[in-house]
Amino acid sequence: MSDALTVVMTGNEAAATAARLARVQVIAAYPITPQSPVVETLSKWVEDGELEAEMVRVESEHSALTVCIAAASVGARVFTATSANGLAYMNEQIWWAAGARVPVVMACANRAMAAPWNVLNDQQDSMSVRDAGWIQLYCKDNQEILDTTLQAFRLAESLHLPVLVCYDGFLLSHTVMPVEIPSEAAVDELLPRGQPLQVLDPLDPRNVGPVTLADPRPDPGGVLCHGYMELRALHHRALASALTAIPEVDNAFGRVLGRTFGGLSYGHLLEDAEVVLVAAGSLSLELGAVAESLRGEGIRAGVLGLRAYRPFPRDEVRTALRRRQLCLVFDKAMSYGHEGPICSDVRGALGGVPGAPVVYGAVAGLGGRDVTPGQLADTVRRAVADVRAGVRDRPEEWVNLRL
Amino acid sequence: MGTRDCGHEISMSTPSPGEAGDTGDWRTARPTLRADLCLAVRQNDLACQLCWVYCPDVCVARGIPPTMDLRYCKGCGICAEVCPVDALRMVPEGSPSEGEP
Repeated sequence: MSDALTVVMTGNEAAATAARLARVQVIAAYPITPQSPVVETLSKWVEDGELEAEMVRVESEHSALTVCIAAASVGARVFTATSANGLAYMNEQIWWAAGARVPVVMACANRAMAAPWNVLNDQQDSMSVRDAGWIQLYCKDNQEILDTTLQAFRLAESLHLPVLVCYDGFLLSHTVMPVEIPSEAAVDELLPRGQPLQVLDPLDPRNVGPVTLADPRPDPGGVLCHGYMELRALHHRALASALTAIPEVDNAFGRVLGRTFGGLSYGHLLEDAEVVLVAAGSLSLELGAVAESLRGEGIRAGVLGLRAYRPFPRDEVRTALRRRQLCLVFDKAMSYGHEGPICSDVRGALGGVPGAPVVYGAVAGLGGRDVTPGQLADTVRRAVADVRAGVRDRPEEWVNLRL
Repeated sequence: MGTRDCGHEISMSTPSPGEAGDTGDWRTARPTLRADLCLAVRQNDLACQLCWVYCPDVCVARGIPPTMDLRYCKGCGICAEVCPVDALRMVPEGSPSEGEP
């Protein structure tokens, strides 16, 4: 874009910049590290008159999301941001936003869940709400945060689904890198206002989200209306349709902005890879460098980075992983008592697929634990040795654990 | 045959009587009125009407005496609580009523 401007900025500034470019009308948020600079930046722009939006200061994250839901219900474009315990505090309204199908866009600067208290990065927070029915997108650099947040508004308003834009706390939220800011005209063209499923209007009142029990029931006009389960099926179908919409929107933005991010997922050195390393977020970028270095010692490694985690790109995962020798999934979260959540989903996607690789899991970076390329390479080397020795399954490796 | 003809993507309704179904079948006790005690009846005027004021489900109609729509009354008992002369009492469903509501 000729009018685009490249600025060195943090991931948080990239998220805030996207919200400003999207001309959000209502922002409601409660501060929490490492997200706080997102809404501090937006708050300043609102105060300075650079952004014509209402900044609603609330007493908790539960109220922050509630305000966003209410504002979206009267047709406003809304934005909020949170992390970790703030996201957990929103939990009830996370489900409400999804079930009411309101197009809330929320940034999540990924942070570890307490206890014990910790403000540093992992992805346990967003993974803990993966089943609530939001689209979840993970970003690997700051340009992707800006562009994905913009794309999120288009996805949210066209599919009537809330979108969580996830990026690693501190590793991206507080790290600066060059980011190209699209022109306002380009963004205006890419983000026409969507039409909500229902706009609350006192002149034409509706009950939105009233009691909906098990069985379908005729409305007072005699029309058979959905029961709870029919609504859930429709919600699930809407999320499934995002598997098509996410790459479409990525490509539509690419035609205007000149860059895309792979749609649902992206590969690095995948073509001839025998060993595929899977991760979401900035870790997938680091694994690219690891794969490159491992190739120098005869391990044909490649990376499959997940951009969309919900909906889960099952077909892409199957296609990318079949006929490989080993798939090593790196999770920055755990389903305690089982395994890493991405690892579970990859295993599920590969169930019954001919030529499916051996799948091992690895857990890395919990609570901000450093993850160096050297440690990741060692983890891959051990996994390759095990798979060559015929090990089909093994417990996940905890990278750089010093227990 | 199914619910898709309603055209909704979300749970949504237009405010109207019974939009939540026949909620009267949730009731375990029904309000029963002894009309001879009711202030409106005794004064032959639209007096009191507190049951109408307080009913959270808009099941009470103003009148002499007030009348109740048992198709939607959930049996919460607020009308009996607020009745200043004990003309309204909650009677367990299935037991003989003391009077007609």
